[in-house]
Amino acid sequence: MTHYVGKHLARPDGPDKVAGRTTYVADLAVPGAWLGGTLRSPVPHGRLQRIERDPGFDWSRVVLVGPDDIPGENVQALIVDDQPVLAHDEICHVGEPLLLVAAPDAPTLEAALAALRPVIESLPAQLDFETSEHVHKRIDILKGDPGAVFAQLPSGARVFEGSYRTDSQEQLYIEPQGCVAWPPEPDGSFVVRGSMQCPHYVRKALVRCFGVTEEQARVVQLATGGGFGGKEDYPSVLACHSALLARACGRPVRMQYERHEDLMVTPKRHPALMTHRTAVAADGTLLAMDVEVVFDGGAYATLSSVVLSRGCIHAAGAYRCEHVSIRGRAVATHHVPCGAFRGFGAPQTCFAIERQMDRIARGLGLHPFALRHHNALRAGDTTATGQLLRDSVGSMEVLEAVRAASGIDTHAWCDPQRDDAATADDAIDAGATNANAGTTKRRGLGLSFFFHGSGFTGSGEELLKGRVRVALLPDGRAEVLSGSTEIGQGTITMFTAMAAETLGCDAEDIVVATPDTAHVPDSGPTVASRTCMVVGGVLTQACRTLAERIGAGDAPFRERARALLQRGDDGSVGVTYHSPPGLTWDDDTYRGDAYPCYGWAADVAEVEVDLDTLEVDVLHLWTAVDVGKAIQPRLVEGQIEGGTLQALGWAQREVVSTRGGHVEQDRMATCIIPTTLDAPPIDVTLIEVPFPHGPFGAKGVGELPMDGGAPAVLAAIEDAIGVHAAHVPATPERLLALLQARPGASA
Amino acid sequence: MKGPLQDAAPIELTLRVNGTAHTLQVPPLRRLLDVLRDELSLTGSKEGCGEGECGACTVLVDGEPVLACLIAACQVQDAEILTIEGAGLESIQQAFLDEGGAQCGICTPGMIVMTKAWIERCRRDDVEPTELGARTALAGNQCRCTGYGAIIAAALRAAAPGDGSS
Repeated sequence: MTHYVGKHLARPDGPDKVAGRTTYVADLAVPGAWLGGTLRSPVPHGRLQRIERDPGFDWSRVVLVGPDDIPGENVQALIVDDQPVLAHDEICHVGEPLLLVAAPDAPTLEAALAALRPVIESLPAQLDFETSEHVHKRIDILKGDPGAVFAQLPSGARVFEGSYRTDSQEQLYIEPQGCVAWPPEPDGSFVVRGSMQCPHYVRKALVRCFGVTEEQARVVQLATGGGFGGKEDYPSVLACHSALLARACGRPVRMQYERHEDLMVTPKRHPALMTHRTAVAADGTLLAMDVEVVFDGGAYATLSSVVLSRGCIHAAGAYRCEHVSIRGRAVATHHVPCGAFRGFGAPQTCFAIERQMDRIARGLGLHPFALRHHNALRAGDTTATGQLLRDSVGSMEVLEAVRAASGIDTHAWCDPQRDDAATADDAIDAGATNANAGTTKRRGLGLSFFFHGSGFTGSGEELLKGRVRVALLPDGRAEVLSGSTEIGQGTITMFTAMAAETLGCDAEDIVVATPDTAHVPDSGPTVASRTCMVVGGVLTQACRTLAERIGAGDAPFRERARALLQRGDDGSVGVTYHSPPGLTWDDDTYRGDAYPCYGWAADVAEVEVDLDTLEVDVLHLWTAVDVGKAIQPRLVEGQIEGGTLQALGWAQREVVSTRGGHVEQDRMATCIIPTTLDAPPIDVTLIEVPFPHGPFGAKGVGELPMDGGAPAVLAAIEDAIGVHAAHVPATPERLLALLQARPGASA
Repeated sequence: MKGPLQDAAPIELTLRVNGTAHTLQVPPLRRLLDVLRDELSLTGSKEGCGEGECGACTVLVDGEPVLACLIAACQVQDAEILTIEGAGLESIQQAFLDEGGAQCGICTPGMIVMTKAWIERCRRDDVEPTELGARTALAGNQCRCTGYGAIIAAALRAAAPGDGSS
């Protein structure tokens, strides 16, 4: 019997949020603060020769910071040291920071920026990633001997080939990026506060840029208005910039991006091209897979190597296949660097394998549900990296649940004999003659089945050694100290529930500390579906130890806790993460246990396609998700519903494109996301196949819902109008091109 | 959307916000959002886009929803302005808490204020509050966290008959 786990606990951060009292960075009053701004490159590639200053402007009114003013290294520290804090010679993307300006007010800042003119020798730019030969990172995964299978196909086997493209996507957190930095104290220490997912990443970047110790660079997270990966690495850039300006002008400096600047320069989802070749037996058994993955990393390496890693590991899908080759590369272009966005490479590769499964199903005359059910990984199977799936494999359960909810298994998918089925000619005719404008609509259903690894890939968690501390306060409450951030997903609530449950106290006896690098240990970043399973697991261990020290008894918790302190105990327990026993991983060969476990899910989308306009309405979405254990079911449903809608947006309406290296959707009027009227009812079935090494059986959920929406929608479009769309987003223009390209098309 | 006219010579304005009259010296074209946030320290109204697309700055002016980033403070002189910090929103706020309608919270003030406008309009026009009605009323308020289901549920809960939100 639990009191908090699996029950609904009111969000501790809720009352302030609904009252408008929560302090986000733009709400933080900082008396005397100046405003910071950035002079940026207008070209995608070039050499910066000089920056001319208009002599008519009074430059004594502002403070400028260039590369020579950086006290440490001119390196934006993350994984590879290829990105400067400020460009000093070669410019590699539009919007690259060249010079920083601080001014006492906005008009002065704008005037100063307008009075600066970078003189740049423009160079040829590589803007097509598919032809780029400059590779940030390669990954090869090999299981069995797919070459031998393709060379000597068993009798009756067939080979299916398909290419799949996915375009970029903007996180579009509703709060733009921003931070405030204070000038250094005489001892060199300084503070940065802002909107961010990963305060310890920001600290790491400041340490390199300023040549200071970790203790000297203090980073504090403020309430953060959404992240979705977009505030994983970029806040480090803003923090370095604002702290450089604060150091130069001796005052606090606020850098608050307006939406236009945010859209122009912050990282987005990697555009991708996946090419599949699959050998399949006549009964639908997958015999061999050959997958090539190419991601557009953009101008600098940033997170591309790890995004590619997750993308490749998920590229064979949630399917059993003994012979698999996956070859991935993240290539450099002169685009704004791409970065983290919920799913982290997996939505791209999941889209491709799921569309490939539909291609196979249609080619073999098998039902897409039956084909997936037949090939789905089960406990005892091995993944593409050779990982033996031992525990918490909810594949059959999610397929059964989504089947029961949606009826997909008995739906005659893409069957031209079906009563309500449309043919491509219907669509073309309707579009060409406009005979039944507004009345001709066709419906369809589509399925996707997918999994998503919880936590960092491979040896990542072992290297990271995430730490959590639980410490009693003098009044007997227990404080949870971790670097994991609340960005809307419910970290505070979930940690409160886990701690209260384990300590056997009330939720009111728990305090979750603000992520402040001077106060909390480094629990690792708030990414990778790891906060619940990894950090929550460490937290639960710490609470268990503390509970033993406090001891049971009839007295209220706080009394017993105070008694422990009075006995001279420091009332503090710190725990470091260790991977569950028996996991192995080889970074060189990409063989082994890629993740401790996986979340499993299946989606069915029902769409209605307007044959006149080829607009697609998603009418309904059923999803079944195995999360191990829903610590807070309402929060988990919130994650699934929100992530699913992001996936549906990407599937058909969230266009993000570039021209000459410039992001074309550079304002909210053009960078669109689904509204209340675009969002379908989302039916969530939670499945709990517990993970024995996760807290209360829990595993990750944050990214998983992003993976399956797009392939389900495009499969439903195929069911409705008969064309196999293989490019996300499936805009009306793209669907029209597919219809017109069909043999015998009349328009 | 900030421009030089917003920094023209200040004029005296009287704004009635959440039942209190404030006499201020502000440039005539200063956005209402900036006056609320910077002059009156009412930071509950948020700026997500600055061009009227996201709805995070929604306030009520004489009961009608207005995007505070698109209107000059001088246009609402003597009107009754209600922001998220004002009274009469308690039952809607509670409904958002109960339904999980707030995640990151940045769109929440605008959502709640717009929900207030919708409920008041339903009552004034004697229209049954429906899901489609709520979805239509809130279509200009963007949320990236929730998928909107919990927000719509909160709006309907707050609009249910017998609720004392007005």
